[in-house]
Amino acid sequence: MSTEKRIQIECLRYHPEQDKEPRLQTYDVPYTDDMSLLQGLQYIKDHLDGSLTFRWSCRMAICGSCGVMINGVPSLGCHTFLRDLGPGKVRVEPLTHFPIQRDLAIDQTDFLRKLESVKPWIINQTPKKPSDGANRQTPLQIDDYYQFSECINCLLCYAACPQYGLNPEFTGPAALTLLHRYNADSRDEGTAERMAVINGENGVWGCTLVSYCSEVCPKGVDPARAINQNKINSTKDYFLRFVAPRGASKG
Amino acid sequence: MKTLQTDIVVIGGGGAGLRAAIAAAEADPKARVALVSKVVPMRSHTVAAEGGSAGVIRPDDSLQNHFDDTVHGGDWLCEQDVVDYFVAHCTEEMIQLEQWGCPWSRHPDGQINVRFFGGMKVQRTWFAADKSGFHILHTLFQTSLKFPSIQRFDEYFCCELLVDNGAVRGVLAIEIATGDLLLIECKAVVMATGGAGRVYRQNTNAGIVTGDGMGMAFAQGVPLRDMEFVQYHPTCLPGTGILMTEACRGEGGILTNKDGHRYLQDYGLGPLDPWPRPKAMELGPRDRLSQAFWHELQKGNTYETPHGPAVNLDLRHLGEQKIMERLPLITEAARTFAGVDPVKAPIPVCPAVHYTMGGITCDVNCATPLPGLFAAGECASVGIHGANRLGSNSLAELLVFGKVAGESALRHAREAAASGSTVAAGVQRLGDAAAQRVLGLLNQDSGDRVATLRDGMRNTMETNVGIYRDGKAMQEACNTLADLRDRYRRGVKLDDRSRAFNTEWLSAIELGFTLQVAQTMAHSAVLREESRGAHQRLDQFNTRDDEKFLCHSLATAQGDDAPSITHGPVKITRSQPMARVYGGAGTKAVMT
Repeated sequence: MSTEKRIQIECLRYHPEQDKEPRLQTYDVPYTDDMSLLQGLQYIKDHLDGSLTFRWSCRMAICGSCGVMINGVPSLGCHTFLRDLGPGKVRVEPLTHFPIQRDLAIDQTDFLRKLESVKPWIINQTPKKPSDGANRQTPLQIDDYYQFSECINCLLCYAACPQYGLNPEFTGPAALTLLHRYNADSRDEGTAERMAVINGENGVWGCTLVSYCSEVCPKGVDPARAINQNKINSTKDYFLRFVAPRGASKG
Repeated sequence: MKTLQTDIVVIGGGGAGLRAAIAAAEADPKARVALVSKVVPMRSHTVAAEGGSAGVIRPDDSLQNHFDDTVHGGDWLCEQDVVDYFVAHCTEEMIQLEQWGCPWSRHPDGQINVRFFGGMKVQRTWFAADKSGFHILHTLFQTSLKFPSIQRFDEYFCCELLVDNGAVRGVLAIEIATGDLLLIECKAVVMATGGAGRVYRQNTNAGIVTGDGMGMAFAQGVPLRDMEFVQYHPTCLPGTGILMTEACRGEGGILTNKDGHRYLQDYGLGPLDPWPRPKAMELGPRDRLSQAFWHELQKGNTYETPHGPAVNLDLRHLGEQKIMERLPLITEAARTFAGVDPVKAPIPVCPAVHYTMGGITCDVNCATPLPGLFAAGECASVGIHGANRLGSNSLAELLVFGKVAGESALRHAREAAASGSTVAAGVQRLGDAAAQRVLGLLNQDSGDRVATLRDGMRNTMETNVGIYRDGKAMQEACNTLADLRDRYRRGVKLDDRSRAFNTEWLSAIELGFTLQVAQTMAHSAVLREESRGAHQRLDQFNTRDDEKFLCHSLATAQGDDAPSITHGPVKITRSQPMARVYGGAGTKAVMT
């Protein structure tokens, strides 16, 4: 068995009914080398302080619930290990750039609104029915969009994005990535409908290519690449507007 | 208390709930659908499903094959007419998802590829690498955004069904962020809240899988069916229980014990060769494989890890390219959570609780005995899993029966509207009473901690109602659960008595549901005096007994007391029970 070590987890606390402003509270937590930061928070909740509030669910980096700032870096709690943070003190705060609902839980509604704005669904001029059979799509065609479909909506990229920090109206990395995911899908015919979001002042041109979003993504998605790809598409669209009425189509 | 009116409430935003909401919205864009979920829908546990979803597509496969694999896999405790409906509708649902954008894995020519799963005669599992549930859930969630008639209530926790005059009239929910209560009046409810794996300690399930919907329906007198059948998935990481998908074996992975021996050949799944062949060795069903692990443990053929005994899941011979293409998620998970690279070393695995075969009793239309209440997905017992679920049938179930539930609820809501049945005047009063109950939990200043009772429940279930069971141990679990429930009733002490985002309060409500669900499992198990599928006994009832127990168990709430257990008939249409045989001779399969 691994020997027990201890770590001090310093959590940001904020209760909307009781606190004027956030404060920090430190908990002394025993840990083993295979414990994640999330397990550290669960230990606090179960044994030390039932009022500490944070989101979690799958514990395996696929549901996207447990994003927090760990020592200032946007990270998934379940995917970060106490052995890499101790000994000493680790600071855990809610994802930056978002309003705090309570303690480590942020308000996600702005992202959900933005996600909806990019029309993240397959658009066909003539809708298909199951009786029409499955589309054909080769593995190479899948490669065009697949990595962008792997976004788990954990919002680490929004916490990493300096532009989102400055301008909360910026559509932001994950939503623009999902926009690109559908535009790049050979089954989709909705590129023209999504162009307004890409071209708009809060679309791809808001991005200044810091690329920290791609660095913090726990799933290896590359939002910076998706956005940059759409700067090219947006430019093409701008010029094609002079010859075609609804902007550029796919390709 | 805030009140609003709608036509249909869907509780749960996972695969089944989203599919139900979309089905209702497509069938009637004017019908108002409230989708209420305690997490934002894409956080639901469907997200963690890995291997894939069944649907007959190959020319050498047939609906009869899918029917047989399902019914044999379920040890003849399936509703065979429901299985017929199910297998006939799986493939169209897979195609529907494809058209909505699900990135199913393909052959080089762009046609859909399917893989093997355990207990399957022919390859039938549609997959998106090993992130099938993730892609299904995100495809459904993103598609649902285009339907304006679906009004989402994200992070609203449903705590009670409001039943007046024998029919569902509404639900009471807590807005998690504020702690405010919301009463939603409606004509029909679709329960799609998922399973109850968190009744047990070591399991593959997310923290949210606490049996809430089962508990809510049970509290209103709806029987929970076949609750003793709890599936252990044979290959999970010790300690965390993180799932190493069955697709590992579907792609050719093998299981060895501490001596490198492929032990499954010693438990009726051999001979070894020719390998691979369907329904043999590592392509056997989950119940048999988990039971084989238990025997290896008794013989001392497992090895110790810091979190308990394990055997080896060996993928190395598949090669790095295939592993990374077909199994990227579990490869990453094994590296992160077990410190093992499956390309270079075998993964230590053990069985962990994975799936609740039983659930809210409903018919092929997803209608429960309570008028206005429908159920779909893992929380439901529509009758396709019997005593042991066939891998890759659960994702298909979400879609096939999610759609049915949405359409049935819509039909019911229309009929209720046409018959002029207005919202019952009593619903507000019922809502107030429910609100008092749920707020009462915040006034408790003595008692056990949530974690104390919860861990007591999980440990007794794991120890006494596990892979192998005996009458004495199961009775002990019943006694422990009665004591825990009694302590729960006397009051749980919360550190947090505030309203806004009080997750300790929510955990206490969940625990109330989970304790009752645990009781239905333990009591149904004690009274099933035979061994079938996932319910295996070591005492005198160690064989299947079709004379007495070719029947469903039905657990009905008895207030504060333990549930009453009765037995009801199983629908057999054309497959009469026979010996459930795996392994044996067979031809070598070509892997796709």
